Amino acid sequence: MTDTDMTSAEAGRQDDDVLVRVENVVKHFPIKQGIVFKSEVARVHAVDGVSLEVRRGETLGLVGETGCGKSTLARCITGLHPVTSGRITFDGQDITNLPRARMRPFRRDIQMIFQDPYGSLNPRRRVGSIIGDPFAIHGVADGAERKRKVQELMELVGLKPEHYNRFPAEFSGGQRQRIGVARALALRPKLIVCDEPVSALDVSIQAQIINLLEDLQDELGLTYVFIAHDLSVVRHVSDRVAVMYLGRIAEIAEGPDLYGSPRHPYTNALLSAGSIADPEVSAKRERIILVGDVPSPINPPKGCRFHPRCPKAEERCAEEEPALVPRLGDPAGHDAACHFPVEANEHLGHKLGAVEPSSEPTS
Amino acid sequence: MLRFIIRRLLLAVVVMWLVSTGTFLLFFIAPGNPAKTIAGPKAPPQTVEIVKHRLGLDDPVIVQYGHFLGRLLHGDLGYSFFSNASVGSILAGGLQATISLVLGASVLWLVVGVTVGVLSATRARGVMDRAATVFVLGGISMPTFVLGLTLSFIFFFKFEQWGLPYLQAGGPAPDITTDPAFWLNRMILPWITLATVQAATYSRLTRGSLLDVLGEDYIRTARSKGLTERRVIYRHGLRSALTPVLTQFGVDIGALLGGVVVTEQVFGLQGIGQLTLQASTNGDLPVIIGVVLLVAAIVTVANLIVDISYSFLDPRVRLS
Amino acid sequence: MSLTEIESGAVDAGLEPKQEIAGKSPWLLAMRRLRQDKASMISLAVIILLVLAALLAPLISKWTGHPFDIGDRRFGLDRDGLPYGPSGRHWFGTDSLGRDVFIRTLYGARVSLLVGVVATAIATVAGVIVGLLSGYYGGPIDTVLARFIDVVLSFPYLIFAIALVAILGPSLWVTILVIAFFNWAAMARIVRGQTLSLKEKEYVEAARSLGGSDGRIMFVEIMPNVLAPVIVLASLMIPIAIVFEATLSYVGLGIVPPTASWGNMLSDALRTYQVAWWTLVVPAGFLLITTVAFNLLGDGVRDALDPRTERIFAMKRKKDRKAVEKQEADARA
Repeated sequence: MTDTDMTSAEAGRQDDDVLVRVENVVKHFPIKQGIVFKSEVARVHAVDGVSLEVRRGETLGLVGETGCGKSTLARCITGLHPVTSGRITFDGQDITNLPRARMRPFRRDIQMIFQDPYGSLNPRRRVGSIIGDPFAIHGVADGAERKRKVQELMELVGLKPEHYNRFPAEFSGGQRQRIGVARALALRPKLIVCDEPVSALDVSIQAQIINLLEDLQDELGLTYVFIAHDLSVVRHVSDRVAVMYLGRIAEIAEGPDLYGSPRHPYTNALLSAGSIADPEVSAKRERIILVGDVPSPINPPKGCRFHPRCPKAEERCAEEEPALVPRLGDPAGHDAACHFPVEANEHLGHKLGAVEPSSEPTS
Repeated sequence: MLRFIIRRLLLAVVVMWLVSTGTFLLFFIAPGNPAKTIAGPKAPPQTVEIVKHRLGLDDPVIVQYGHFLGRLLHGDLGYSFFSNASVGSILAGGLQATISLVLGASVLWLVVGVTVGVLSATRARGVMDRAATVFVLGGISMPTFVLGLTLSFIFFFKFEQWGLPYLQAGGPAPDITTDPAFWLNRMILPWITLATVQAATYSRLTRGSLLDVLGEDYIRTARSKGLTERRVIYRHGLRSALTPVLTQFGVDIGALLGGVVVTEQVFGLQGIGQLTLQASTNGDLPVIIGVVLLVAAIVTVANLIVDISYSFLDPRVRLS
Repeated sequence: MSLTEIESGAVDAGLEPKQEIAGKSPWLLAMRRLRQDKASMISLAVIILLVLAALLAPLISKWTGHPFDIGDRRFGLDRDGLPYGPSGRHWFGTDSLGRDVFIRTLYGARVSLLVGVVATAIATVAGVIVGLLSGYYGGPIDTVLARFIDVVLSFPYLIFAIALVAILGPSLWVTILVIAFFNWAAMARIVRGQTLSLKEKEYVEAARSLGGSDGRIMFVEIMPNVLAPVIVLASLMIPIAIVFEATLSYVGLGIVPPTASWGNMLSDALRTYQVAWWTLVVPAGFLLITTVAFNLLGDGVRDALDPRTERIFAMKRKKDRKAVEKQEADARA
């Protein structure tokens, strides 16, 4: 099984169920230098060969640390960045690097919700006008009808329609995210890519927005790609979760499988870093502390990208890049890219030499 | 670093080339027949033809352009249509007056501007600040020639009328080497005229810049260390506050050559500005072109020096 | 309340015309701040007066019977050929050719205001467009345009202006275009800087993801955020343009007589100011007052549009309100 083919599980899936298919997408950003004419001296390997599918009606969670390429991947899917190589298919049609005019109709079906509630709305425009943008751009509704539709949308996301003429500065962070959601919903899209939609909000507001998104999904039959850096947030909303590291997918599985039996050492490390409310339980658990900094995406390590920081790394890991396939007898659909995946009762914490072992209560 | 300098040098060369080509093209659009003007209105057509040939005006455009560039690179700017002197010598003559004007005025405006700015910032909203604001407003609103005329009227004309010791605001050209006292007397009013507008701008710039800097945390640290207020302002604050002022100054030296025109005219100084005016009234194109190129060269060099010295001061510029 | 319920009309959507709340537009707030600034309001009044006077100049000329270009045959010059001072007949006296100075000053106001506003308008439009295009598209277009802007900005405008006018000949339109040519670069530089930083904002990305065209993004998303500094710069450019025109006319390369411009009136006054101070003082005074008024207004506009100064204005409003309350309390006591 080579890396360029889809995973065995996905190849068998019927196309009807799949809304978005990402095939071996690569996105590099060139770094240029020169006196008069700049030439490329290096590249940032933001996304370095990612293949996955998004099924109709599901929520696919996408997690990873800052700089792993998840935001870039999201923008490739929505067509905001042209891809360097690979293919993206939406609803059976190839939308890779389409010229702007041909991409336009797809923009009604693929929408995005942004992270920053303060930056994603134009401070000098009224919210009614902002939410009405999709109608204006695609010539769907005008004048009084547009206003009516906008006010309906505002009610749908929990805003008061009388605030139609207000400016974004007059709303709270949570309300602004609702405005962003309303804008995304205007043309009844099929897919909404949510790029860390709650990261900038207070924890109590986060819950409200997540609930709103879930309700809307049920009501309108939406498909979500939900990006976050916090596994616990993603756990609640997602059907399946993919973990990204340095431009590639490290592991992808159905929610319970990923949280129950994580195979990739990186996934394990992420899970162990999550906070647990109960201090006694928290003190007893095992902490996996990774050594070293994240290597820069300009010069990714050879072989498995995680090997410099991996507690289980061996020679093979530095030479051969592992394929994203089911390991250790996992069911189809639970894929991990690791030569030495973590087994059920394995304790990674002990294998770290220079690092503090887990803090067992000494009393 | 070196890359940066090379890039700037290349740019300077390109700009000079563009400006010279631009002025050459203007020379062509210019209406009027210079050959005829030189030969004299009564000259017969054959004489005009001969003059035309002598001046090289009947050659095809490309050839003339080639000659033009060639002569330029040798520093030859041609001859005036009106006097028989070479443009180069005419300009050299004018430079002396202009340089003494610009140098004296710049010293004056820097000193006054920065001082007023500092005083104004340190006693913000005090009497000094309010007075300075009025001064600034008047300074930037007042057209240079109005100020010059007014000063000349009061200190030259009226003072003489009233029998007071007056400042010579017109008359023979001053020369610092032969008669320094007269030179000073003659130049004071032009200096004040030229400097006022700039002083006003610089005082506003200094005030704003110093106020910004004094709000910074490291100044607060210096104060809390117990340093006297004077030390804090002059040793720590002023150093950073003056950087934008100095940059502006470097750029302004070149751009100032424009304001010089009016001052020279009002006070009868035969500098570059006056020459330009006279040449344009007379339609003396070679002199006009000569002035344009000279000024472009001065400005380009001034900018180059500022850019390069700035890159020494600010590492961010170097690495960009 | 779900959308399907609303659409099917099953539930009273509560969308009857409820009192719609108007938003606090940043422009309205700025206008309120501007109204508070006394200096700006006085300047505005002066400018409006001046504009009215300029517009009515031909009427006033007809009403007083003094044309601007022909000297008064009988009462223009005295026996020695010298102009008369201010009097009941000629409010600001006459000039070297016996023409009424007041009327000429009013006509001069027409020229100054016309050139000032039109040149600034042209420079603003050109500067905004170039700045937006250069900042938004970046790349080679931006490199070339940005360099061009730098070059135009650093060159001594007056010398080049003189050279240009010497070649093209002085006229009203040449004056306007020359002034606009040397001012657009300042506007373009500011707009370009703002555009460069604004185009990275998320709402621009959002607009693009919705399918917005480049033109729409530039003019609907970016430009409203650029308008504030543009307005400030434009209002400060007007007095610069006015002074520029006066200077050009003064040296004979702008508006030429008999058309009256404050600049050429001053140039004329050189011959007569020693015996007729009014020929110098009147046009100079008008020029100064106009420039100061525009500068003060420009400063006021800048402060009004800067949200940071809102705190100062708010404090002042509170102080005023407290003072009024105290007065009322004292009055009742």
